[in-house]
Amino acid sequence: MPESLLSLDRVTVRLSNRTVLEQVSLELRRGQIVTVIGPNGAGKSTLVKVALGLVKPETGTVHSAAGLRIGYMPQRLHIEPSLPLTVARFLQLGGAGRSAIDAALAEVDMARFGGNALQALSGGELQRVLLARALLRQPDLLVLDEPVQGVDLAGQTAMYELIADLRLRHHCGVLMVSHDLHWVMAKTDQVVCLNHHVCCQGHPEHVGNDPAYQTLFGTSYARSLALYQHHHNHAHDLHGHVVEDSGRG
Amino acid sequence: MADFLLYALAAGLVVAAVAGPLGTLVVWQRLAYFGDTLAHSALLGTALGLLLMVNPWWTVLAVALLVGGILALLQNRPHLSADSLLGIISHSSLAIGLVAISLTRLRVDLNSYLFGDLLAVGPADLGLIGLVGALIAGLLVRYWDPLLAITVHAELAAVEGLPVVRLRLLQLVMLALLVAAAMKVVGVLLVTALLIIPANCARPWSNTPERMALLSALGGAAAVVCGIGLSLWLDTPTGASVVLCAALAFVASLTLRRLVPA
Repeated sequence: MPESLLSLDRVTVRLSNRTVLEQVSLELRRGQIVTVIGPNGAGKSTLVKVALGLVKPETGTVHSAAGLRIGYMPQRLHIEPSLPLTVARFLQLGGAGRSAIDAALAEVDMARFGGNALQALSGGELQRVLLARALLRQPDLLVLDEPVQGVDLAGQTAMYELIADLRLRHHCGVLMVSHDLHWVMAKTDQVVCLNHHVCCQGHPEHVGNDPAYQTLFGTSYARSLALYQHHHNHAHDLHGHVVEDSGRG
Repeated sequence: MADFLLYALAAGLVVAAVAGPLGTLVVWQRLAYFGDTLAHSALLGTALGLLLMVNPWWTVLAVALLVGGILALLQNRPHLSADSLLGIISHSSLAIGLVAISLTRLRVDLNSYLFGDLLAVGPADLGLIGLVGALIAGLLVRYWDPLLAITVHAELAAVEGLPVVRLRLLQLVMLALLVAAAMKVVGVLLVTALLIIPANCARPWSNTPERMALLSALGGAAAVVCGIGLSLWLDTPTGASVVLCAALAFVASLTLRRLVPA
């Protein structure tokens, strides 16, 4: 078993007299990708906040490995138009130096964007800049809140490929949250289906057949639990250009 | 040059120099109305000072901090929108201040509190304004990056280890200090103008936050110089003249930006 990075044990969170999370247990290990899916309002964001230490559970415990470094990619970044901010300056705010910033931008395929204004980026480009900021923490654990939100399908594929790649290169764990119920990243090691409590969990192939999943999302969803797989003869790079398949992936 | 003019210029320049950068933070965080509320509470602070017979400086500062604290506590009430809450506190504290000042039965010049009395700044006032200005400037330089980080994304900053609540408190203290200092210059009703107008003058000419902060300070300083000149020339109220010059600079900034390609 790989080293445990963060574990939630029967965590219950109540916000203004409403139970948002009930007896949720979750284990994140180095090198593993856990994807949490669930409908809107299922408590996914709260779960992320508990994992980040921003929300304290009412009951239950959160245990993190000593010296755990978390790289966090927030769901949305709204920058006021009144704030002039370049990509490089934004990354600097995480406390990183010039060379580290250049390296992180290169890793997410945004090498030449350092001088661009943050507000001028497309949805997908902004997501990758946020990912670069998370990487600058030299994380043991990446926490990604809806990483492919506002990204087109080809971009999503590229993003998932990048995340799988980063997981190997940085040898970190990944906790990802998605509201997309029938499309999870193929390389996910574990899918957790959340609706205030954990409905079911397991390897992606098993979750779609789980009766609890079918009750929650209906059998039609269950049948269409499409997994992202590499069946195409070409790919799109992060900027949407077609790249001939060179046997990778 | 007459002494009173030198004092007025120096006090105005100090306040403008720190209001500029602080104002950019206010603009980026959409705190203009919050600044207004703090400024209005300063009148209540002044009244308390007169009643308790202590230097209004301290009571203005105390009331501004208290109001900031109350606002923080009352935030996120489901049935009270943020702008309503600010409006209620802002106008009530102004009203209480007006009533309290009249109850002191002192013959005070209300206009000088509402609209400032820059030309009446003396050596003692200037010393205090200089001290407060230096303190705010030092804090801004020291904590600029963390303050910018919580402006961009508070939760991200918290995860990265910044003490978000304490930084917000620091920001409140700096704003309260500025309100106390700026009261003499432009008065409680016009303080917010010194915060937001220079910042917005600077925006079209800035591609980094630091440049915007610097240009904002320069713009505010220019407005102070022109405003004092205008006030002497046409015998108009000084605070209002300063704000008028800032507003003209804003129009000029936008117009010039259209004419001059980036």
